[in-house]
Amino acid sequence: MSAAVIYVPRDSAALAAGAERVARRIAEEASARGLKIRLVRNGSRGLFWLEPLVEVATPSGRVAYGPVTPDDVAGLFDAGFHLGNAHPLHLGLTEEIPYLKKQERLVFARMGITDPLSISDYEAHEGYAGLRAALRLSSEQIVQQVLDSGLRGRGGAAFPAGIKWKTVAGTQAAQKYVVCNADEGDSGTFSDRMTMEGDPFVLIEGMTIAGIATGATRGYIYVRSEYPHAIAALNEAIAKAEAAGYLGDDVLHSGHAFRLEVRKGAGSYVCGEETALLESIEGKRGVVRAKPPLPAIQGLFGRPTLINNVITLASVPIILSRGAQFYKDFGVGRSRGTLPMQLAGNIRFGGLVEKAFGVTLRELLEDFGGGSATGRPIKAVQFGGPLGAYMPESQFDLPVDYEAFAAVGATVGHGGLVVHDDTADLSKMARYAMEFCALESCGKCTPCRIGSTRGVEVIDRIRADQNRAQQVILLRDLCNTMVNGSLCAMGGMTPFPVLSALNHFPGDFGIAVPDREAA
Amino acid sequence: MDLAAPAPASTAALQEVLARHANEEGALLPILHELQDRLGHVPPDAVPEIANALNLSRAEVHGVITYYHHFRSEPAGRHVLQICRAEACQSMGADALLSHAELRLGCASHSTTSDGSFTLEPAYCLGLCASSPALMLDGEPHGRVSARGLDALIAQARREA
Repeated sequence: MSAAVIYVPRDSAALAAGAERVARRIAEEASARGLKIRLVRNGSRGLFWLEPLVEVATPSGRVAYGPVTPDDVAGLFDAGFHLGNAHPLHLGLTEEIPYLKKQERLVFARMGITDPLSISDYEAHEGYAGLRAALRLSSEQIVQQVLDSGLRGRGGAAFPAGIKWKTVAGTQAAQKYVVCNADEGDSGTFSDRMTMEGDPFVLIEGMTIAGIATGATRGYIYVRSEYPHAIAALNEAIAKAEAAGYLGDDVLHSGHAFRLEVRKGAGSYVCGEETALLESIEGKRGVVRAKPPLPAIQGLFGRPTLINNVITLASVPIILSRGAQFYKDFGVGRSRGTLPMQLAGNIRFGGLVEKAFGVTLRELLEDFGGGSATGRPIKAVQFGGPLGAYMPESQFDLPVDYEAFAAVGATVGHGGLVVHDDTADLSKMARYAMEFCALESCGKCTPCRIGSTRGVEVIDRIRADQNRAQQVILLRDLCNTMVNGSLCAMGGMTPFPVLSALNHFPGDFGIAVPDREAA
Repeated sequence: MDLAAPAPASTAALQEVLARHANEEGALLPILHELQDRLGHVPPDAVPEIANALNLSRAEVHGVITYYHHFRSEPAGRHVLQICRAEACQSMGADALLSHAELRLGCASHSTTSDGSFTLEPAYCLGLCASSPALMLDGEPHGRVSARGLDALIAQARREA
């Protein structure tokens, strides 16, 4: 009989739930029983309440068991789980789990299925089909595909990706760069981390295509220092891609050169802002640059630079392999394609949900998320990271769509949503938003540097009922200055969580009547 | 006659690190990372040499070291405990977990226990937002950590070293 193939994820969230010990126990138990197994360390399927989610290959497909603790392992072998047999932790065929089955996984198509560091596994699952398709096109045609797909920057700004690509491609210089913004600092987001740990070749492929399309021969992936496992996976994947001829001086004998390097951040949130990130790679303090010049014209080391988020770049291979129209057929309005959304915080079934734009917040929270983890009513959802608005129950029927969100003063951002139950005090969350801005401000512009500190003080006075009515006016005025006077989104968007908390949950600030003057 | 004291180990490490990154564009962060990975911190007396090697002023190098939360000028404790206090973890009780850690370790955030065993640091998102509250102990992630779970992790780390 051939060896049973058993999958134990290596994703950080699986490791955080004890996957390493489970994998070790499985190996020990199999050897003690004289069973031949092949242990594959896959990425995570993104069903984090079930981690560690162990899978076994069977003739009818992969069968899942979870959440598995080291103490469950002996019992699993007794039940014959390596053959896919019944057990209390048996979840049936993985692909049939509704949470997964209801998704539309394009960017995350391989996530949890393949061994992230096996290039042959990657190739066997449509890997590098995008690059091969790109190599049959001219660089103008590649850029046109990205333009036609309707892909917008997934880091938060939602700027049309193709326009950035076109600008860099059209700017002449002896050296150009592709930079991947992997400084995923937003609370409630982990799709970049999952991609880097669980399918790093898709990012490498996307960047290689970007290099060929724009004429850039060097690329940097700027990863935050809080992601040691992602950095390790990327470095290993880059070495393997080089060895296989996918990176180097002559990518797949095409005559195009493209080399990649990982740069490690150092714990600065504002380095997720693209110009601060470029400063950081240059070895400076992560201070935001004034724009113009745009990075596409004058970016890293003063050269034309294409800078995109991980998910933006990871969306490119499937656009090239299946065609722009295929990707564009997903989504609504001007929000085309899919978004890997992240259900986080106080939510029962937290995880990764990739769906086409247009899914409603309520579907995400209830159909996928199953309500709050504590079982209490959901009071507010912060969508789009620390700079995203707090959305009340009355907005849960909004479709996830850049324009629909913008119309109510909310942001899609990087697609992360953090759930708070009815015990949350939104005035405290508003204070935290200002506190976080004060902590992470780069200090270059005054509205952000000083405004955030004053904001903490004003909210403290509101909370302590010191001249409350006047302080609320002052807070709105301060937010107005920050929105309009800040150099980047750090100071310019910190008012979003603050004002949305104040507008939708005035009671938490001790204000009886909703105070909804223009912000 | 050479009366200088023998070079400390940190000097050898510094020279090696500087040599390795000699021709790299934007080498300062990689140099600081490697030095801190090897020595546990960036010693203040390394600043003039780094500045010299990169043709920067000491103020510029000092500015970078102090700008980034990750770099430290003092050695850390034997174990580094980072507790996430970003919004997702707050929604699941991260503030209480951090207070518990301060009480249990007897040291405040951003500081090291008097016996040098632990350095406690708040983190702003570890990317484990669906497994809140989360922490990282010596670079290894742990999710859904209760106060008792944290006690067990601390006790285990103390036993190991």
